[in-house]
Amino acid sequence: MYTSLLVRYGEISLKGNNRPYFEDKLLANMRRALAGLPPRRMRKTFGRVFVELHDDLEAVARRLQRVFGIVSMSPVATAPLELEAIKKAALAVLKDSPGSTFKVQAQRPNKRFPLTSPEVNQELGAYLLTHSQGQRVDVHHPDRVIHVEIRDEGAYIYSRIIPGPGGLPVGVTGRGLLLISGGIDSPVAGYMGMKRGLELTALHFHSFPFTSERSKEKVIDLCRVLAGYSGPLRLVVAPFTNIQKAIRQNCPQEFYVTIMRRMMFRIARAVAAKEEAPAILTGESLGQVASQTLQSMAVINKVVDLPVLRPLVAWDKSEIIEVARRIGTYDISIRPYEDCCTLFVPKHPATKPPLARVEAAEKNLAVVELVAECLENLEILTVEPEADVV
Amino acid sequence: MAIIYLDNSATTAALPEVAIAVKEMLTENYGNPSSLHGLGIKAEKALGEARRQVAGLIGARPTEIYFTSGGTEANNWALLGIARARRRQGRHLITTAIEHPSILATCRRLEADGFEVTYLPADARGVIRLADLEAALREDTILVSVMSVNNEVGSRQPVADIARLVHSRSRAVLHVDHIQGYGKIPLNCHEAGIDLMSLSGHKIHGPKGVGALYIKEGLRLEPLLTGGGQEAGQRSGTENTAGIAGFGVAAQLAAADFARRTARMQEIKLELARRLVAEIPGAVINGPPPEEGAPNIINVSFPGVRAEVLVHMLEQRGIYVSTGSACHSRRESASHVLQALHLERWRQDGAIRISLGALNRLEEVEPTVEAFKECVQELWSL
Repeated sequence: MYTSLLVRYGEISLKGNNRPYFEDKLLANMRRALAGLPPRRMRKTFGRVFVELHDDLEAVARRLQRVFGIVSMSPVATAPLELEAIKKAALAVLKDSPGSTFKVQAQRPNKRFPLTSPEVNQELGAYLLTHSQGQRVDVHHPDRVIHVEIRDEGAYIYSRIIPGPGGLPVGVTGRGLLLISGGIDSPVAGYMGMKRGLELTALHFHSFPFTSERSKEKVIDLCRVLAGYSGPLRLVVAPFTNIQKAIRQNCPQEFYVTIMRRMMFRIARAVAAKEEAPAILTGESLGQVASQTLQSMAVINKVVDLPVLRPLVAWDKSEIIEVARRIGTYDISIRPYEDCCTLFVPKHPATKPPLARVEAAEKNLAVVELVAECLENLEILTVEPEADVV
Repeated sequence: MAIIYLDNSATTAALPEVAIAVKEMLTENYGNPSSLHGLGIKAEKALGEARRQVAGLIGARPTEIYFTSGGTEANNWALLGIARARRRQGRHLITTAIEHPSILATCRRLEADGFEVTYLPADARGVIRLADLEAALREDTILVSVMSVNNEVGSRQPVADIARLVHSRSRAVLHVDHIQGYGKIPLNCHEAGIDLMSLSGHKIHGPKGVGALYIKEGLRLEPLLTGGGQEAGQRSGTENTAGIAGFGVAAQLAAADFARRTARMQEIKLELARRLVAEIPGAVINGPPPEEGAPNIINVSFPGVRAEVLVHMLEQRGIYVSTGSACHSRRESASHVLQALHLERWRQDGAIRISLGALNRLEEVEPTVEAFKECVQELWSL
């Protein structure tokens, strides 16, 4: 019954001169999301995209629900410009969407069509009432609206509205380097960054043998979920064991976490440059753990001159968990393998580390050499999204 | 890098003879033993041969061996099968606090079904007290289930004494989880007075996914799997002929080489235990003293060392051991066995299991001990 899917992308259409670029990116991302399904036409018209359907509405909609930039989608029935055909199509659409009340809302950009919009509303309303059982018209709070658009090439009829993920097409706002651990927060931060159009490279610090090979597998699995929203994702794995040992042996315990984070940020700075990513993303949330106080963040930030984006900074843990569950990272994140961040964590880490004392403590550390050694031994993987079975 | 594999209680490498037998069954002798034609009969013969081989190692009759998908199924079947067959006689079972999860989880399932289970405690050596068993036996006890060798610390239960007690003081059936003991300690099911015994292929250099339940002749228990009536109607499903044939060969090899194998494992074990304790300050053996337990398992803790980290460090040096038990290593909670032994927390967190198999050699002791020393020293220096 439905010949195409009407895709709305709201915010992008406000983008002025950049609009064609945003639209092209969106279409490219949609095509990528539909790869593997039968090929189809996609038509961009009056600020929306029509995606041809081949009786595969659910599969197409499910995939497009992971394409950022899409606000909503409606399966659309088409009819030639004849009233009888439009009536039949409208009845089919009515029967396909649940509810007991409806109203018809017609638009008529094609002024050559003999009936005006109010006339179409009346004609169709009367027809639908007599041809369906137990349905009533309610013009104020209908269970669903039967939209009819009379255009030059034909009539479009739709009612159902499938929500999209919103946001901006991945790639339009540039690239961000996501510091990803195996925890709950950082994948959600990555998701939120992608939602605002960022393409991601993920950076993970691995401390074998202090953390197991399985903790790395866990991060790969998390990236696989994120890749479902963006396409293949680069994952950089940085060996962090020697740095942790060196900090442990040379620095005061209370600053251990602060210095560890500063080392991570220094490495991230260099990886971001290689990846041409002008920003770093983290899953930090204010007040969650010792390194996530304002003062601590300030001291850690000192070592980088890039914006550090913290999409979750004002979120509660419960809110983060809610999103993690929704996007499918939570069950992976709670696998029990330890992460390098939880190693050697002192009982009383400094929550307000004074910059001068941290810098003094770092004097005992071969910072430049340790960073260089780590950068020489990066492992770079490309993580593909899970194949979506039709 | 040469590998030293010391995780044989988790699983073992299949011996070349086993692999050959498996391959032959998969590619040449691939008939269904239930088929009437020649290929079927040939497969059936191979099954019979394997049944004799598996039975031989525990002194059973071939007709008393029923093949399963492994030790877990055998353990599940023994407990559920007796509980269902004897529910009218009684609803009480006895087992121990240090059994394998395939026993304990099944007991919890039975408890949910209205059965009552007594869990006997173990002493610091990982051995139950006969007095506790005697006190627990009741008129309505239908099953006693104990393991011959504990998979985490290698402690041995006095199976023959347990059998005498159970049979003289109750009408209960005795099941022995012999999965870790099979091929490692001598145990004759008839002489010891055992009614049911679980066995597994991949702990004795056979294939994974195949095991057996010894069911004493005349004993009735309900099947778990019903269908085509294979295994004398007791365990339906087309037989895993390749796995079973491999299991048979592994059992045959274990029987033929039993004395030499166990003597060698014991020698390696004693040497490893002695040197680790002597050369690493503070190292302690958990469970039974080395000379008392099974010949192939040592459980050892080092102060200030988390087992998981040490496992990974050793792995980098090509040495494969495990934390308390492979079945627990993925969980955060400490092993129920080490808890039952009331060890101090650091000993639980630091427990490393070294388990030997038929392929280990005395020459492996030296590099193993050296690697342990290096890794523990390195961790202490952090």
